[in-house]
This record gives sequence, C-alpha cells and structure tokens, in this order.
Amino acid sequence: MTDLTPTLSAIVEDFAALTERERLELLLEFSENLPDLPARFTDHPELLEPVPECQSPLFLAVELADDAPTADSLVRVFFSAPREAPTTRGFAGILHEALDGLTAAEVLAVPDDVPNRLGLARAVSPLRLRGMSAMLTRVKRRVERALTA
Amino acid sequence: MALPVDPNPRLAQYTHPERLVTTEWLAANLGRDGLVVVESDEDILVYATGHIPGAVHIDWQTELNDPVVRDYVDGAGFAALCGAKGIARETTVGIYGDKSNWWAAYALWVFTLFGHPDVRLLDGGRDLWIADGRELTRVAPATTPSEYPVVARDDAPYRVFRDEVRAAIGRIPLIDVRSPAEYTGERTHMPDYPDEGALRGGHIPTAASVPWARAAAADGTFKARAELEEIYLAGAGLSADREAIAYCRIGERSSHTWFVLRFLLGLPKVRNYDGSWTEWGSSVGVPIVQGEAPGSIEAA
Repeated sequence: MTDLTPTLSAIVEDFAALTERERLELLLEFSENLPDLPARFTDHPELLEPVPECQSPLFLAVELADDAPTADSLVRVFFSAPREAPTTRGFAGILHEALDGLTAAEVLAVPDDVPNRLGLARAVSPLRLRGMSAMLTRVKRRVERALTA
Repeated sequence: MALPVDPNPRLAQYTHPERLVTTEWLAANLGRDGLVVVESDEDILVYATGHIPGAVHIDWQTELNDPVVRDYVDGAGFAALCGAKGIARETTVGIYGDKSNWWAAYALWVFTLFGHPDVRLLDGGRDLWIADGRELTRVAPATTPSEYPVVARDDAPYRVFRDEVRAAIGRIPLIDVRSPAEYTGERTHMPDYPDEGALRGGHIPTAASVPWARAAAADGTFKARAELEEIYLAGAGLSADREAIAYCRIGERSSHTWFVLRFLLGLPKVRNYDGSWTEWGSSVGVPIVQGEAPGSIEAA
C-alpha cells in the first residue's frame, strides 16, 4: 500500500476491515458526506464535465490553484450527483476525500486500480464499480491537461 | 394464503388486476401476515437511504444474477434468496422500485420464471409512494427466514434466447423498447448511461420501436388500458392470439413492457429477450438494421 497517499491508504484500510454489508454502509456514509457544489458551479453547470460511464448522472470539475500550474499546485475536485443515486455519490465522496487538496503530482500518482482495492466488487458488482474508475480517469486527465496547457 | 386482490376499480380495466397494487392498498396492508414487500432498484444503495416500512431488499445484479455465468440464479439459489428474505412459496410478494419500476418489473419477471404464484407490482413504484407523502424508514425489517422449496426455473413460457429470436424474425412481432437513438443505431446505450458493451448499433430486423416509457403516465403509474391498446395493439400490431418478443439493452426496460403486455393487456404468449442488445449487438453474423425503418425479413 506504499503507493497510496495517507488518506487513500486509510480509506482502503477502513473498507478492508469491514464485512461486505458494512462496506455498503460506509459507501452510503461517503455518499451522504459528499459536499454540495460551490455556487460558481451550480450557477454554471456548463463548467462541469459529464461522466457517462456512471450508472446515474454524474458531473465533475477540477481546479488547480495556480494560474501557471506546476506539479506542486494544489488540486480542488468537485462532484455533483443526485441524491437518488447514492452509489454514484458514494464513489464521488470517496474520490473527493481522497483527491481534494492533493498536489497535481500526487493526484497523477494515484494508481488507476484504486477502485478495485476497496473490496466493493462483489458488494456492488464490477459493472457499477466501472463508474468510479471512469471518474478517477477523468480527474487525472483534467489535471494532466492543466499541467500541459 | 395469498392476500385478497386490491379492489381498486382503476385496476379492474386490466386483464390481470391481481398483478398490480396501488399505493393505498399497500399502505393499508403493510405488516400483514403473508405479505412480503420487496424493493428492487437500479442503484444498490437507494433502499438503504429509506424504504417502505418492513420492505426487504433484492438487488438485481448481486442477488438475481448468477455471479459467473450470464444467467439468473438457479432453483437452489432462488430458494436460498427467498428463504433469507422471509418469502415462502405461498407468500404474496409486492415489488416496487426506482426508475419507474424497471428493476421491480425485472425482479417480478425473474420471480415468474420460478413460477412464484402471487407476485405483484406496486403501480407507480417508489417515486409515487414518496410523492404521496408516505412513510419511508431506515429501520431494517425484522425478517424471519422461511423455507422456500427448490423449484426449477422454467424459462420457456417467458424468456427467449438469441437463436430463437433469430428464427422468429418475420414470423413473430418484435418490440424494441429502447430510446429512438439506440433503435436507429446512433448509439449503443442510453444517454447518460454506461456503455455495457455492444459492438454494433441498430435493431433486430422487423422490430417495431416502442420505447418503454410510452406505457407510463407522468406519475409513473401505468396508462389506462385504452391507451395501452392504442400503442401496442393498434400501433405495433400485437394481438392476444400471437406470440410477441420484447427486448432492450439488458432486459430490464423490456421487463417493464413485458409486464404491460402479459398482465395488463393479457397477451399470453409474450416473452422477454433478456440477452437483448448487449448480446445481439455483439454477436457475430446476426442481421442488424440501422435507421428508423424496421427493416424486413430479407435483411435477415
């Protein structure tokens, strides 16, 4: 687990310590703790990128702190998903806690297979988990683009 | 003992009113012996955010599908599932769910494959229950495990497989219940939905396009019988004396249409092709038509 940030490591360990049923409860907690979007996004939904791989509508946005971002710039990550889609919101909640506030280099270093390390494949089905992988891929792509822009 | 049928006169217009219950009936019968209420949603966590008091949860992916083979659980698996949920063979099962009851209808269809005698759908589903202002709870139901017999699944009357569908082209009416863009081949999955992997877009030759939502009223309940007859009998050319096959992408939306045709309009020979577009659109060599025209038997 040395390739994970401390936050991600802790999340992975939390899930690993639970039974499958409890993992779903934890996922629901993440869903409920997903922060609302700041007004600058709710007023301008066109700034958000849709993630059609998710089971239910999910939108995300990524911001880097500096005008000329570097690998050390802090990354802010925002997600929006309806309350009627708690699984998708839960995935977003995990990624928000794990990624928001990391540096660009740290975000890019997050392993792509993190969604598969949460022990959720059997509890929620691999098909549903694909949505989380898609969110992570898109966040990383956005950070990459910001660095090379 | 099965519970009495919902006497609501609105249900009497349908061929099998005993397959449907209103929110009023369900609210009045909650907690009665012999009734188990089942919630079945697209999203596995929706139930945990609040459900009808006493309702148990059945998930289509992790509980109704076989974990390895693309198929449903077998008789032993279904018996174990029902037993754990407190469902006995003689239990009246009332199913409701999110998304206009897609997954509830899908679960009801699977219960039908096992010949469960009394399984009913909540007209309007979860959304109408909430819109009515009725109670939801997070309190887990007190479930007493039951003995459910191992009954072999009998697919033949209700389920159809790819090769039978191919042989049916030009002989049996096919109903494609997906969105128009999926039908024409512009896209292989629903807008805003994951692509579950069809390699080609389009529809099965001769299939009529009747999107599932045409059967639903604005509040999620089923439309009146006269409207349904206009859509499916006059419009799509189905009739009670002929077979019919409904399909969509993975068999969930077509379960909704199957329910309408089988129980509301009383077409006894309608079957669901659950392989649907994710199978057909990825199969080697099967005929496909693109565009708005159904296409002909020659295309096959």
